[in-house]
Amino acid sequence: MSPTFASPAGSLGPLHVEATVLTSKKVGAFHHLTLVAPGIPERVRPGTFVALSVGDLGLGTVRLARRSFWVHRIKPTGGHGLTLEIVVEVVGPGTRWLTNLPPGGRVAVTGPLGKPFSLPKEPVSCVLVGSGHAAAPMFPLAARLRERGCAVSLVVSGPDEAHLLSTLEARRSVRAVTVVTGDGSVGLRGSVADHLAGILERSSADVVYAAGPAPMLHAVAAAAETHGAWSQTALEEPLVCATGLCHGCAVPVLSEDGGARVARACVDGPVFRGDRVRWAALLGTAR
Amino acid sequence: MSVELAGLTLASPVLVASGCGGTGRELVSYVDLRRLGAFVTRSITLDPRAGGPMPRIVETPAGLVNAIGFHNSGLEHFLATELPWLMQQGARVIVSIAGATMGEYAELARRLGTAPGVAALEVNLSAPDAGGGGVFDAREPFQAGGVVSAVRRDLPRDIPVLAKIRSDVVRVVEAARTVVEAGAAAVVVGNALAASMPDGRPGGLSGPALRPVALRCVAEVHAALPTAQIVASGGVGAPTDVRAFLDAGATAIQVGTSLLHDPTTATRLIDALEGTR
Repeated sequence: MSPTFASPAGSLGPLHVEATVLTSKKVGAFHHLTLVAPGIPERVRPGTFVALSVGDLGLGTVRLARRSFWVHRIKPTGGHGLTLEIVVEVVGPGTRWLTNLPPGGRVAVTGPLGKPFSLPKEPVSCVLVGSGHAAAPMFPLAARLRERGCAVSLVVSGPDEAHLLSTLEARRSVRAVTVVTGDGSVGLRGSVADHLAGILERSSADVVYAAGPAPMLHAVAAAAETHGAWSQTALEEPLVCATGLCHGCAVPVLSEDGGARVARACVDGPVFRGDRVRWAALLGTAR
Repeated sequence: MSVELAGLTLASPVLVASGCGGTGRELVSYVDLRRLGAFVTRSITLDPRAGGPMPRIVETPAGLVNAIGFHNSGLEHFLATELPWLMQQGARVIVSIAGATMGEYAELARRLGTAPGVAALEVNLSAPDAGGGGVFDAREPFQAGGVVSAVRRDLPRDIPVLAKIRSDVVRVVEAARTVVEAGAAAVVVGNALAASMPDGRPGGLSGPALRPVALRCVAEVHAALPTAQIVASGGVGAPTDVRAFLDAGATAIQVGTSLLHDPTTATRLIDALEGTR
């Protein structure tokens, strides 16, 4: 059976705003930042992302490349309207600067950017796979799929317990949660690739959604194909402008007519159909 | 604040630099294209180019180094989809062109010269990764002059040619003089500086690091060729940068890398210039 997908909602373009940090909390290895970014939360769809400027103009520490983040939650906060929650993993000076911002700190935010996940028109069975901080968009996606009557199974993975997003809240709305850690500190030991075939089988998955590093997405796309499910993979490529201006985030894909072409992760993605990405070329050039 | 450039009346001295405005569609959320002096396209080649391998662009403390490799969907696609869309938006379109041979530049000029909506051509003679990108490497000023002559010959008179040359302080005056003598109506000074990607591939350094270099080049060209029109490109981000380049003798400026950091930069610069009038 091939499910039909509603065309992604949200034709409104991105905004560039000066946002304010409302809260900044360290949870395990990640920092959760809640931002007041007027106009942006209303436009976000699961799979879209935001780009932040990092560094301080006054101190001369501005970094030129943007830092991109998945949106984890949109929630109403008294007095501020809808706010945006992102998950930040400190990997360098830019993300360190960001996580050191105190409440009230200002940061330029552009978003939402990119093409969101397509949602099935019928209430089908969906498996959602998120790795580390990239599991963030799977939570709002799960909520949207539930609203459409889809059965949702969530798979959250990471190298260890500290690099897992909490599934406590999600457990109420999804049918099954599977946790996979590299060191086996919690849940199943190993990688998503080791366990996905069984999960797809048990949930009779029609569609698989995934976000994370390219090798994991490749494994997900392959497992989905073997199982006979559709896959939508959200790529985490390093982005510089994140807006489509620089052509710096090449993704080798197949176009609808089957021809090879090079797309941009930020505007043509980040979500691509798993069977449309030329994985061998992507993984070969990603080194 | 309109300006006269290469015989055209432009709405503003603020232009978008080649390769930093996407296809235009990605920029339209952040700037009204009609307010720009012109939208300069990324360099268009005759055939589609898939571009170079990843990583294509990396951050350094004061600039970006890129090796995009001329990723573009080729002239046919540009004429069929991108150019009509830009016209529909009311944008002033300057098409940047790059070719592997002199013949390709001439062919691009012939085809673009008869397309409606092309205000001018910007001939890219200064790609810092020309060799790796597979385009004609105009290393010597006489080669740049040769390309400008070839393009000029195949273009209707009413479409001006802008020549984008290197911000190489030692050769910039000679290069500017040569392209002007070959028929360029304005000189764009200049491109990203030849640099190295971290893995050793040829790339180009752009951004704030370039500003003092470009400023020096603009001043030298203006001093040597006071009647030549100059478009300054290199690290423009703030209204004070625009002023500095105009004071140094430029007629207009291009904003590039700053757009990658803040896509609203062009709007902010245009607002600031209009506010001071």
